[in-house]
Amino acid sequence: MLDPSQAYDVPFEIRAGSFNLPVLKLTSDSADAIAGLLAARVQQAPDFFRHAPVILDLHELATRDQVPDFDALLQILRGSGLTPVGVRGGNAEQNAAADAAGLALLAEGKHHESHPATESPQPTPEPIRPPRQGTKIIDQPIRSGQRVYANDGDLVVIATVSPGAELMADGNIHVYGSLRGRAMAGVKGDLDARIFCLDLQAELIAIGGHYKVSENLDGTARGRPVQIMLRDNALIIQDL
Amino acid sequence: MARIIVVTSGKGGVGKTTTSAAFATGLALKGFRTAVIDFDVGLRNLDLIMGCERRVVYDFVNVINQEATLNQALIRDKRCDNLFILPASQTRDKESLTKEGVERVLGELGETFDYIVCDSPAGIERGATLAMYFADDAIVVTNPEVSSVRDSDRMLGILASKSRRAEAGGEPIKEYLLLTRYSPQRAKIGEMLSVDDVQEILSLHLLGVIPDSRAVLNASNAGSPVILDEKSDAGRAYDDAVRRYLGEDVPHRFIAAEKKSFISRLFRG
Repeated sequence: MLDPSQAYDVPFEIRAGSFNLPVLKLTSDSADAIAGLLAARVQQAPDFFRHAPVILDLHELATRDQVPDFDALLQILRGSGLTPVGVRGGNAEQNAAADAAGLALLAEGKHHESHPATESPQPTPEPIRPPRQGTKIIDQPIRSGQRVYANDGDLVVIATVSPGAELMADGNIHVYGSLRGRAMAGVKGDLDARIFCLDLQAELIAIGGHYKVSENLDGTARGRPVQIMLRDNALIIQDL
Repeated sequence: MARIIVVTSGKGGVGKTTTSAAFATGLALKGFRTAVIDFDVGLRNLDLIMGCERRVVYDFVNVINQEATLNQALIRDKRCDNLFILPASQTRDKESLTKEGVERVLGELGETFDYIVCDSPAGIERGATLAMYFADDAIVVTNPEVSSVRDSDRMLGILASKSRRAEAGGEPIKEYLLLTRYSPQRAKIGEMLSVDDVQEILSLHLLGVIPDSRAVLNASNAGSPVILDEKSDAGRAYDDAVRRYLGEDVPHRFIAAEKKSFISRLFRG
């Protein structure tokens, strides 16, 4: 068998990992009040709290410029079986106190402005919107029962879309042919997405979850180039 | 290597078996060694339409399970020496068909035949998907009504994505449309979809239009493929379709409503 010490030529590796941790959002700096409520909660679900790592959210206290007594707080939390690992959302003074008490300072996208970069050596948060992966182009007819999804981009179909077919795109949908199936643009919630087609006979059109079925589409848009967009939470059909 | 033709539709009762029988007979009459296979395991019909139901000893499933050889199971047609029928099993179900088994049988047939016609069962389940999986050409049989057109459309989607050719990424299956049970008169007054209506949705190469005809039911009851009834309009329409498939340029008949003369109206009612 391979000696484990020889399996790697470095003593450790640094890897990124992401974890879901419970957050204790502090709304009071009174150690007694916290201890009282915590005891009651732990009694309700002792297994949940046993050795559970926990983050302290200081955002509420930061607005009031209260600096909790971290040493007392840690004692209470550890006494209840919890393992406090860090704080987030604190101001400079709170963060200094937390740091002194041995707690990590966690960055958080939402409250970024409250603690300067020098005080949050954590990795930069994930971008909120992943970059678009580009446009998906289909030049074959889309038949009944087929589904096409353009992930993070637009969908362009240069053929007819049959009844019973389903088009989905995170961005816009263009159909250069008859659109007789379903078309759903902005499926991840982009309300600015639009649907463009040369001949609207769709069974259903939707933008960001707002939809219309063919019964509610007047047949007047048939055979004409139109665009469909969302205005004041209602789908509107416009001639091009 | 034989060319494998699947006759399919999605919807039942549109004329797949009638078409398989007529088309296979037509190819055989043109001099090609042709085999026609019934994939409708459990609901065996092709043998009846071909008039060989009393000569069935072994069937497709026996050959797949290697309980019989292909030569034992193939039934030679009495009217045409080039034509052979491989009947389905009536006592099994579609689960008896395996992809490997079907591939082996088709491969073995391919060594000696020019064309293999696969008569698909209705639906989009195992029997139907296996019938089309190995196909080179597909004849999509459609009636001029909306549910049949939609099911054909669905079938075309499956042909384009779940066949051996699609999975290998090669040249796609060649798709042909065969419109059956067509009545130009009824299409003209809007009682059924017209050829143009169907083509607008399916946009396929039109192989032929088979008129709604009494000759079809008569032929089925007599166990003789309708293409052999040369006097009937349906028989002639199938012959046209076979010739178009083989590359001949044959003008379409039976699409426009015929003008009936006063005398013929008087006599035919």
